[in-house]
Amino acid sequence: MSEYKAYDVVIVGGGPAGLAAAIAARKAGIEKILILERDKELGGILNQCIHNGFGLHTFKEELTGPEYAWRFIEQVLAEKIEYKLNTMVMDISEDRVVTAMSREDGMYQIKAGSVILAMGCRERPRGALNIPGYRPAGIFSAGTAQRLVNIEGYMPGREVVILGSGDIGLIMARRMTLEGAKVKVVAELMPYSGGLKRNIVQCLDDFGIPLKLSHTVVDIEGKEHLSAVTIAAVDNHGKPIPGTEERYTCDTLLLSCGLIPENELSRKAGVQMSPVTNGPVVNESLETNIPGVFACGNVLHVHDLVDYVSEEAARAGANAAKFVKDELDIANASGGQVGGAAGADVASAAGGNEIQLVATEGARYTVPSTINVSRMDDLLTVRFRVGAVYKNSYVSVYFDDERVMHNKKRIIAPGEMEQVILQKKKLEERPDLKKITVKIEAE
Amino acid sequence: MMYDVIIVGAGVTGSAIARQLSRYDVNTCVLEKNEDVCEGTSKANSAIIHAGFDAAEGSLMAKMNVRGNEMMDDLCRDLDIPFKRNGSMVVCIHKEELPGLKVLYDRGIANGVKDMQLLTREEALALEPNLSDKVEGALLAKTGGIICPFKLTIAMAENANVNGVDFRFNTAVEAITFVKREDAPAGVLAQLTAEDNGYWKLRTSNGEYLTKYVVNAAGVYADSLHNMVSADKMKIIPRRGDYCLLDKEVGNLVSHTIFPQPTKLGKGVLVSPTIHGNLIVGPTAVDIDDKEGTNTTADGIADLIAKANDHVKNLPMRKVITSFAGLRAHEEHHEFIIGEVKDAPHFIDVAGIESPGLSSSPAIGEMVGNMLRDRMNLKEKESWIATRKDILNPQELSIDERNELIKKNPAYGQIICRCESISEGEILDAIHRPLGARPVWAAARLASAVRASWKSSIESSVSHMKKSRRQVARARLSWNGRRVA
Repeated sequence: MSEYKAYDVVIVGGGPAGLAAAIAARKAGIEKILILERDKELGGILNQCIHNGFGLHTFKEELTGPEYAWRFIEQVLAEKIEYKLNTMVMDISEDRVVTAMSREDGMYQIKAGSVILAMGCRERPRGALNIPGYRPAGIFSAGTAQRLVNIEGYMPGREVVILGSGDIGLIMARRMTLEGAKVKVVAELMPYSGGLKRNIVQCLDDFGIPLKLSHTVVDIEGKEHLSAVTIAAVDNHGKPIPGTEERYTCDTLLLSCGLIPENELSRKAGVQMSPVTNGPVVNESLETNIPGVFACGNVLHVHDLVDYVSEEAARAGANAAKFVKDELDIANASGGQVGGAAGADVASAAGGNEIQLVATEGARYTVPSTINVSRMDDLLTVRFRVGAVYKNSYVSVYFDDERVMHNKKRIIAPGEMEQVILQKKKLEERPDLKKITVKIEAE
Repeated sequence: MMYDVIIVGAGVTGSAIARQLSRYDVNTCVLEKNEDVCEGTSKANSAIIHAGFDAAEGSLMAKMNVRGNEMMDDLCRDLDIPFKRNGSMVVCIHKEELPGLKVLYDRGIANGVKDMQLLTREEALALEPNLSDKVEGALLAKTGGIICPFKLTIAMAENANVNGVDFRFNTAVEAITFVKREDAPAGVLAQLTAEDNGYWKLRTSNGEYLTKYVVNAAGVYADSLHNMVSADKMKIIPRRGDYCLLDKEVGNLVSHTIFPQPTKLGKGVLVSPTIHGNLIVGPTAVDIDDKEGTNTTADGIADLIAKANDHVKNLPMRKVITSFAGLRAHEEHHEFIIGEVKDAPHFIDVAGIESPGLSSSPAIGEMVGNMLRDRMNLKEKESWIATRKDILNPQELSIDERNELIKKNPAYGQIICRCESISEGEILDAIHRPLGARPVWAAARLASAVRASWKSSIESSVSHMKKSRRQVARARLSWNGRRVA
């Protein structure tokens, strides 16, 4: 066996999260950084997102996906950050040995000072949806269709039905229409859309494409190639209501029914997972239960705006840098020597006050799940999603039993990620604080 | 040219017969209407090797099942495919039905099934903690097993092919006629021996084929074929079964194959680990008219979930990765029909091969092979190759060995399927070996266990391109797996 290669920060995935994390780690002074990317180019899914609307928060301008990615790729190139393309990470061990493989380099192992998980997510396939019917050609996940149309140059079909109103499905409704297809209907199982409001307006309403909420596909016809689908209204339990069936002839069914963080590697490494997000459980530093292993972007929890991914990933990159430099636990180290990489688990176990973040009453989860005040930045963004649509309701934050934040919002929807910002100095004022609760209240 | 034997159908039965015949000096060809082996009933079933206590005492089904089961260890070793005797368990949840278990036990003994045991509620729960709380007792048959039906069929067909059996795909038989010796054209006559009264002429979608013997292993179409040559009509009813396949994450919910007590309609909805480590739940049993009616139904899936929950608890149906339906070739007497057709000499039916057809396949191959050997006085080849090697699985190699492999063939360094870590090298192997895989999904299943999250995306992304072998290979290889972020 050849010698281990050694890097301070190894980043798994060269999409928006991996790129931002790498740049932040470099800015924090880390020399040896390596990005491992399985595709043939950097940029991840942004490369196929040729529509605009990216970067409104980060750059205050409207960019396309590839343009947004390029802003980051440019910096990676300028900073001479190393990256490997066409490279699959096969394994990550608990002591941060990363096993990777490619045609050119074969299989090799890297000893990583810290690891940043930035693998993104994938779409829920037809099989997992358990839609009855035949299994003909012509059924695509929306992202597959997006790749075919925007990158490979294939048109999946001419008459389209879309199941699910996730953002990619909405974007593809418009994209297919612009390419000359007829998008007949978008059916959504839930009584609300899973995508951003702006996408419903710009991709469906503007093109006169009907959105049928509380509807699902109940039959798929066509033995070799898709010929028709039947959709039906569903009741409160998601069960189809007999008599409401409508049949649509079509040659293409696109599925946009949820995204699944791609955590096979994380699970194998022993990273603790959240059953709600299907992503790792992380603390204020975006560090998993394995010291020195961080997570960011869609592998952590599915985002709707790439701007937030970049921001989150930069925090992960900066924290990974701190970990490598033994600075992550510096505030606790005053009493004794804390040995960074080697002593990190001791440090976090012994570390100051660990506050639990609890999502309840409408809030489904929070990222992060715990806060160690001594390790947090002056401001900490806590992100979460809700489980239903709330109108004229309040996002409330409780410190133990005391309500400290109560912000009215006109609308809060599952398709749009919410956030609250916590101040370090407020938490420092309460050394006995055990629990911070995020919930949605009617008044 | 004149074949000695033409086998119609490259399912598990036809492939088993082909392999058995490949031992002998006999000119054999398999005609298959689909583009690959294992495309019909053999493709979509429970993937169980039954112990043999179900079939009626004295039936051909019972005999074939028990014999097939016995043959499975040696066969799978020779063909280098996985097989596991995980044991089958028939679970009783109503006290008044407990005697039924004893009936099965006694039938098993009569059929020659070894290693059976009647279990109390406690014994059953000790073996399988996720059995229903209602369990009253169980029958354990340790010889029951799980197998990959694709690999079994592919391996037998591939081995037959290596030993000289021809395979013709995309070749559907449209008409069969017997040509009497006196009507034979001169060129054909020269190919007949003195004993031959004539020969069979098969008109297919892909030209004409001549043969001295026909073996009808056409699955749900066996009746159409039989009825072309016989006045004594046969009817095969496609009996559809819906299945759900669950993620490997929950593949260890049970370790045995869990059956309810059987009814008139069959062995009922089972819950079992698969040889690949997934969990399979199914099948339903619905008689239909359409011989290509492999669509699942909402009712069917709801029904099988309800039935499975009767016998097994904590069934994580949210972990379904795919659902599918298969058609059993049900003959109304529920018995295998194997033998020469009375009013059509040299035409051998192998029909009504429904469950336990997979389990019985090696025994059926042996039986039909022996029948033809005796009829034609066949001699064993000196050079018959009994074994084959399965596709190389790089995951079983050390890092150093794997590096060597990638150096020799860089395709092994390119992962195509990220869930199962299948490399381009394995897929190319699947395509290039004897009887190489043609459709996309066949390459997938040949290369390894298929997990839906991958299969469905690859399938859909390339299925709109026409499925010529080369195009598929190219499409597959240019597809690099990245979906969404």
